[in-house]
Amino acid sequence: MSEIKEEIMIRAKGLRKTYGDFVAVDGIDFEVKKGESFGLLGPNGAGKSTTMRMIASTSLRSGGELEILGKDPNHFGPEIRAHLGVVPQQDNLDRELKVWENLMTYGRFFGLKGKWLKAKVDELLEFAQLEEKRNTKTDELSGGMKRRLTIARGLVNEPEIFMLDEPTTGLDPQARHILWDRLFRLKELGVTLVITTHYMDEAEQLCDRLVVMDKGKIMAEGSPAALIKQYSSKEVLEVRFGSENNKSASEKLKGVGDRLEVLPDRILVYSEDGEKALEQITKMGLHPITSLVRRSSLEDVFLRLTGRTLVD
Amino acid sequence: MSAVQDNWTGAKTLVDPRVPMRWGAFYVAEFRIRNMLKWVSAIIAFGLGNPVLYLLSIGIGIGSMIKNPIDGVPYLTFLAPALLATAAIQGAMDEVTFPTIEGFVWTRVFYSMNNTAISSRQIVDGVMIAAMTRCLLQVLLYELILVLFGAIPLASIATLTVASLLAGWGFAAVMLSVTVFIKDDDGFFAIVGRFILAPMFMFSGTYFPLTSLPIWLQWIGWISPVWHSTDLGRALSYGHQVEPWLLIVHVLYLGALGVVGMLTAYPQFRKRLAE
Repeated sequence: MSEIKEEIMIRAKGLRKTYGDFVAVDGIDFEVKKGESFGLLGPNGAGKSTTMRMIASTSLRSGGELEILGKDPNHFGPEIRAHLGVVPQQDNLDRELKVWENLMTYGRFFGLKGKWLKAKVDELLEFAQLEEKRNTKTDELSGGMKRRLTIARGLVNEPEIFMLDEPTTGLDPQARHILWDRLFRLKELGVTLVITTHYMDEAEQLCDRLVVMDKGKIMAEGSPAALIKQYSSKEVLEVRFGSENNKSASEKLKGVGDRLEVLPDRILVYSEDGEKALEQITKMGLHPITSLVRRSSLEDVFLRLTGRTLVD
Repeated sequence: MSAVQDNWTGAKTLVDPRVPMRWGAFYVAEFRIRNMLKWVSAIIAFGLGNPVLYLLSIGIGIGSMIKNPIDGVPYLTFLAPALLATAAIQGAMDEVTFPTIEGFVWTRVFYSMNNTAISSRQIVDGVMIAAMTRCLLQVLLYELILVLFGAIPLASIATLTVASLLAGWGFAAVMLSVTVFIKDDDGFFAIVGRFILAPMFMFSGTYFPLTSLPIWLQWIGWISPVWHSTDLGRALSYGHQVEPWLLIVHVLYLGALGVVGMLTAYPQFRKRLAE
């Protein structure tokens, strides 16, 4: 009889943000449940960061409805923010303060007591693997270290929603994998994650569910697997005939696989069975210079939905 | 040492928003003062060195040529309230303008504060509290030197402190409401220094009574917080003759600068942070 109601942490309906005539976010709807890991993907200028800042309850929306932790950020900004953790796209650490002081002062902004914070700072330094840099002036850290410090700082209040805007830009692969592991553990504690990223492997790893945004609108929504299923085939065959011959070869390939995409350097054949498609092609008497069968990825979905042209 | 996830309580029980909503301005001030402490030796050296140089060169150097008392007192005594007002304004201004440009542009640290429970209004208040703390320190150091040089009696310290802090606050508040518009340095400090501070410090009855200026230059003094504070300080410290209504005007004018400056700064800070 009793129905466990899933707690909705973020609810956006017709959410809009405009700057003069420019529409940054153009009426988007989504919900994020407690403990979910939610991703916002999209090319530069898609409106991801603007959306993030509205969720973070700092940037005020121009229209639509928004509810964070059950409250309207227009009226309860500080109350909501007290329970959020934010990692902005650009590090905004204080350069003059020491590493530990950056964590300590940030914790104070939540009204946390000095004694409690002392222990917390140690934990966070360990989290960021910056124990040895504790007394270093923040300005002297490398880019990756600053990034790690910014990420750790966002956890000082043990947030209910942890928001990370391109968290791993500037991190080396080791740090990236360590972060993924730690975010996964936070998720196990019931922390809700909201993440934007340009790395599709990261989105596949981290996100239970994601939306692909373009020009301020949501183009698609679903789990990584569902999106791949819906917008791509199971496998992709990549064949190269040399840049001059790709176009003419593609004429002959019509009908092979579910869909073809001709790129300057190669042809992508979207198919349920890549090997079979390749067999079909060789039977036609065509001999690609190189061929590669791979699983379809989120990157294929992303490029299909948002196009291959550069945005900026 | 335990890992982050081992003692996880969660913000819901850990953070009571009412605490930062009440005390946030002081947390911002604490942050600013911590930052200032990185320069504290420079602040103190400047705070002591500046008055010593001023008193030696202008107070004693020029003062020795002025044999007749001005306004019934020795030149150094006449000069002291003006020097204090100037120092207070300089100190308070430094701690609102640089941090504001830093907070919005250089390190964007205001945005990080605003990502916590801290509100834009608390940022304004916190920056001002810290600036006035520095201002107070600077004024006290200056007074120490003035007392040592025999320029002011010990008894006048309290009233002179009030008069100069009022000027520091008024001017800093106005500067705060202006600096919030700066997108980048863009020569802002050079313009303020040359076209606002320099004339203000020179034509505010600082080195000679304002009335000895031609009337068409006196208006600079009338709008200058330096003059209002100096005139007030002179009346309070050595009994310079001032109409009682003018004393009230001095206090009201400086107070008004402060109030108007703060009330202008609040919505501008809010607007810029909420973009």
